[in-house]
Amino acid sequence: MVHAEREHRITVALPAGTAASKEYSPTELMVIAGAREIADGEMVCVGMRLPMLAYLVAKRTHAPNAIGLYDNGIIRTTANTEPLHTVGDPANVSGATQCGQSIDVMGYLQQGRVQVGFLGAAEVDRFGNVNTMWGSGGGEAHRLPGSGGGCDIACLAQRSVVMIAHDRNRLRERVGHITAPGYGSGNGWREAHRLPARTGPSAIITDLGIMRFGSDGEAFLASIHPGVQVEQVLAATGWTLRVADALLDTSAPSVAELDAVRAVDPDHLWTR
Amino acid sequence: MSNSKLTTMQEAMARCVPSGSMIVLGTQLAQMIPFAAGHELIRQGKRDLTLVGPASDILFDQMIGAGCVSRVMASWIGNLTGGVGYCYRRAVEQQIPQRLDSVDYTNFTMALALHAAAMGVPFMPTYSTFGSDVGAKNGNLREFPSPVNEDKLIAVRALRPDVAIVHVQRADVFGNAHLWGSLGVAVDAARASRSTIVIAEEIVAPEVIASDPNRTLIAEFLVAAVVHEPFGAHPSPVQGYYGRDHAYFTQYHEQSRELDDFEQWLQRWVLRVAGRPEYMKRLGDCRVAELAVREHAYSAPADFGY
Repeated sequence: MVHAEREHRITVALPAGTAASKEYSPTELMVIAGAREIADGEMVCVGMRLPMLAYLVAKRTHAPNAIGLYDNGIIRTTANTEPLHTVGDPANVSGATQCGQSIDVMGYLQQGRVQVGFLGAAEVDRFGNVNTMWGSGGGEAHRLPGSGGGCDIACLAQRSVVMIAHDRNRLRERVGHITAPGYGSGNGWREAHRLPARTGPSAIITDLGIMRFGSDGEAFLASIHPGVQVEQVLAATGWTLRVADALLDTSAPSVAELDAVRAVDPDHLWTR
Repeated sequence: MSNSKLTTMQEAMARCVPSGSMIVLGTQLAQMIPFAAGHELIRQGKRDLTLVGPASDILFDQMIGAGCVSRVMASWIGNLTGGVGYCYRRAVEQQIPQRLDSVDYTNFTMALALHAAAMGVPFMPTYSTFGSDVGAKNGNLREFPSPVNEDKLIAVRALRPDVAIVHVQRADVFGNAHLWGSLGVAVDAARASRSTIVIAEEIVAPEVIASDPNRTLIAEFLVAAVVHEPFGAHPSPVQGYYGRDHAYFTQYHEQSRELDDFEQWLQRWVLRVAGRPEYMKRLGDCRVAELAVREHAYSAPADFGY
């Protein structure tokens, strides 16, 4: 899996005496932006890597009552305290609220109880369709691991949030394989394809900014991260990206948020 | 009185898994993957297997690279630590070491396919995979009109494997098994399959099983063979027994990138290894000790008295 490896680091003013470094990496900001998509008390389908960190950061900051659902059947009302490599790490079972079967967690998803689910992506397109099946970076198609639970989350969660490094080879006009459906080709596509009402992607979070979706199902740039220029985002996007009239500035991480990221990924396994 | 089904890994794989079988394994996702069983199947030179499972971390990749597999039906095939499964990629893209038919599922539709078979019905309905190319390209996922309302749904065809291979914490010699932690699709996989091989960290008396019947998730009448194989899930973790050997996955990622390196890896870790005790010697006492449970966390006893 490719991660953001941009080297620009950003300095923010933090109160003296805090344990957190004053600098943060673009990946750390991605995780924090992901965490902000989770409201307190929501049920969250948590995947691996950055999405898992986003959930853990939300739990430690503004959403202590969020409930985590993992596709191996684990349900946690309290967050695990040790960093994880996989959702099946023993540390994720220890202290879990419930360890059921995959089908139980997926059933909650299908019932519509799960407010937000996270998706990793090799590629995403202007309508939020995600490809994790066939990569085409460099022109040649390469077989990738596949859907996992991504397609299920994209079909069934009330909101799905895509996290991906911003690169024009990965944010494409159209993906070659719709592994996890977004808004298809726009207007009315999800309804026509019989996907449940009130589902669909709500945000694409990258290391440069946050995209959201218009009523026509097309992504637009809604928020831009500190130190990033709009032109930079447009140049790194594989289609002509629309920009919100009221473009927001993504808030720099708070001390609490940065402390939380570093507590859940102390060795920078996922957040370089 | 039942007869003991306790046997060796070699015997269980030789007797219960002929070439050409459809087998479900890696049912607990990232936990309790039956690596020892998979390696024995490789050593016995099984061919033309169909692998079924949601995700089996690097075990599917190894069995594909070893030439045992002609078809895989799964939702995710790769390396949870490293990402890509290189043997799988070589097989799909270049037919190395042979042609591989890959039938793609999602985690939910795989769980439903096994659940349907476990329930004895031809399909289970779902709203998942609509609009996706996963649904469009898998003939076992078919749209149908609901008979009770106006909805359309996807029928997920039941999958009935020949054999389920399930790694568990403890079992009695008849095959009644306690498992806990990450369950994934293990329970449905055992019920769905024609027979089940239980691989256990510990063999316990039937009284231990009966002391906690809610934890008995596989019942003896499903089971054809029981194998006592401590450390048989390494490098995946077994809750309460050992942790995940993350470094092993990273090393495999590096050593499977090129075909020559993979073949050397296969010689060293599978083909030239007689069984798990020798495999553990190769790992070394130090590494095995590092993976031991650092802090036990026993559940509170449940009172089954009356």
